[in-house]
Amino acid sequence: MTQFLQATVAGLSLASIYMLLALGFVIIYKSMRVLTFAHPAVMLFGAYMVSWLAIDMELGFWVALAGGMVAAGVLGWVAERVAIRPMVGKPLFAIAILTLGLDIAIRTPINNLIGVNIRSVGDPWGFGTWNVGSVIIQHRSVAMIAAATIVGTLLLVFFRYTRIGLAMRATAADQEVALAQGISVGRIFSLAWVMAGAMAALAGTFASSDLSGLTQSTYLVALKALPAIVVGGLDSIGGAVVGALVIGMAEAYTATYQGQYVAFLGGNFSQVIPYVVLLVVLLIRPYGFFGTKEVERV
Amino acid sequence: MRGRPSLHTRYEADSAMLPTATQRLWFVVGLLAVVVLPLWLPRDWMILIATAFIAAVGVIGLNLVTGYAGQVSLGHAFFLGIGAYAGAALGGVATDKVIGLGLDVIIWVPAAGVIAGAIGAAIAPVAVRLKGLYLAILTLGLVFLGEHLFREWESVTGGPGVGRKPGSLTLFGWHFDQDGTVGGFAVTREQQVYWLALVVLLIMGFLAKNLVRSKIGRAFAAIRDRDIAAEIMGIGLTRQKVLAFAVSSFYAGVAGALLFTVTGFVNTASFNLLLSINYIAMVVIGGGASIAGSVMGAAFLTLLPRMIDAAGNVLPFLEVGSTGLLSTSQLERVIFGVLIVAFLILEPMGLYGIWIRIRNYWKAWPFSY
Repeated sequence: MTQFLQATVAGLSLASIYMLLALGFVIIYKSMRVLTFAHPAVMLFGAYMVSWLAIDMELGFWVALAGGMVAAGVLGWVAERVAIRPMVGKPLFAIAILTLGLDIAIRTPINNLIGVNIRSVGDPWGFGTWNVGSVIIQHRSVAMIAAATIVGTLLLVFFRYTRIGLAMRATAADQEVALAQGISVGRIFSLAWVMAGAMAALAGTFASSDLSGLTQSTYLVALKALPAIVVGGLDSIGGAVVGALVIGMAEAYTATYQGQYVAFLGGNFSQVIPYVVLLVVLLIRPYGFFGTKEVERV
Repeated sequence: MRGRPSLHTRYEADSAMLPTATQRLWFVVGLLAVVVLPLWLPRDWMILIATAFIAAVGVIGLNLVTGYAGQVSLGHAFFLGIGAYAGAALGGVATDKVIGLGLDVIIWVPAAGVIAGAIGAAIAPVAVRLKGLYLAILTLGLVFLGEHLFREWESVTGGPGVGRKPGSLTLFGWHFDQDGTVGGFAVTREQQVYWLALVVLLIMGFLAKNLVRSKIGRAFAAIRDRDIAAEIMGIGLTRQKVLAFAVSSFYAGVAGALLFTVTGFVNTASFNLLLSINYIAMVVIGGGASIAGSVMGAAFLTLLPRMIDAAGNVLPFLEVGSTGLLSTSQLERVIFGVLIVAFLILEPMGLYGIWIRIRNYWKAWPFSY
């Protein structure tokens, strides 16, 4: 039982990271129907900026975190303006492939900056733990779950009760009609990328706050958020949350139990379990559990 | 029809592989040039060009499914890996760590293609239910599952960091991977690999060209352009998409089996997402839905590192090592990424499109059309 609860806590904290990333994917997808594969690069850049500001510049973690989120938001904004905006109206595949190129072009210089050593993001949680009964809860897990909950709630409030949130929902529903109502759709695109970038930086910082730190391969975390949005459905915010929970839990439980019960699947199988879940879900529901089934008119 | 060679009155003439006399002439001239080139080329260039030939086979495969049938696959690295290890297991030499049957090249190269094609056909039924971006994510997942499989299946792959030798190039007792003599002429290992790769590319290119100008090729294009319209015209979507995936995987299998015979070593880490992106980039930069474009894209991206290396000797800020802004290999990656973006925005038809534009300009010269 202790082992199960322990795995649940680990799963929830993983799910928080995936949720922050998945929400970014979904916000961009809903606003401009673009699936970005450049998210890993944006996340890595944000996490690196946090690390650079906190460790090299000695600004303190919270200032660095804010700085990193702003920097990643700006990077998202620039990427959208320079590379994605000229492609509006082109086939979806072309834009998806373009973001793959964008990811490589951005990530390579950042890899150079990160170097080969493990970097710390200078987070204040360290390895501090609380003991609740026999379950050990890391401070960083609590911080991650709290942050994801707060961001999720803020987004909900933002979309439901603010003018800009309403404008974003209108754009997601129909771009032309939104334009006709006086909404600057271009600005909504930019805002979507900025929001996604900032959330990615937060996620990247959390992902780098454990023992493994910030390395060149931290970007793989962002790709594992893709199964989460597919499980939920590409265009569903609620689905992204559920998907992140499913993927995070699956990964944590696999990491805990797979070695005991199905060891033949090999070491580190938990790293690929998100893709197994993806395959199974797509077999059953080709549009995810909460995604809109495309109805095509001829 | 004398004096009007471009006027086609029959469908056969219109859909011929090389419709005009000029094209036939230049094809023969170009082919002869490529065949005799290794007599003078330095060894490292021969290796590079042979790699480009084999990569072109893989790119043609990806172009069939992505360029012609319109199904974006990010899983090409997975199928290249299947081909590489199927080839290595069938044609390689067994050691105490890995299995190898040591078969003839004429058996293990097609067999690697068939195995990859069969796995492609097995996965296709899941893939054909999906559309667009869901498919892209599914095939991306395939690459990660494949990487895991290759890491764990040590009796075939040798395991991470260890790797194994690919299949050996032995045809009816003749060793392509050793220096030898043909009719008194000494031929080096590199020359033989070059010619072998060229022959494979010619065969596979010929087959692909025939496929795309047939009924099946037209069905692929119809599915790409509008799948519902294609279905109404009586094209079986599932059947054609499964076929596209199977053929594409077959090409990937053949390419994967041969790709590593050039370097003589297969590493499990090779078949990652970057390899898939590399092939997608070759399709995009070469030109979608074009066999000639596939070859151009493969040649361009395979030779790109050498060109950048050469540029690095001239441009001072590209110092190798940590002193420069970016090392040449990193610069190469950045240029690679930027090229994908630039081609998609500025020239979606790729190098082939540029070539068509130049050709049409000179065809009509001195008039604008």
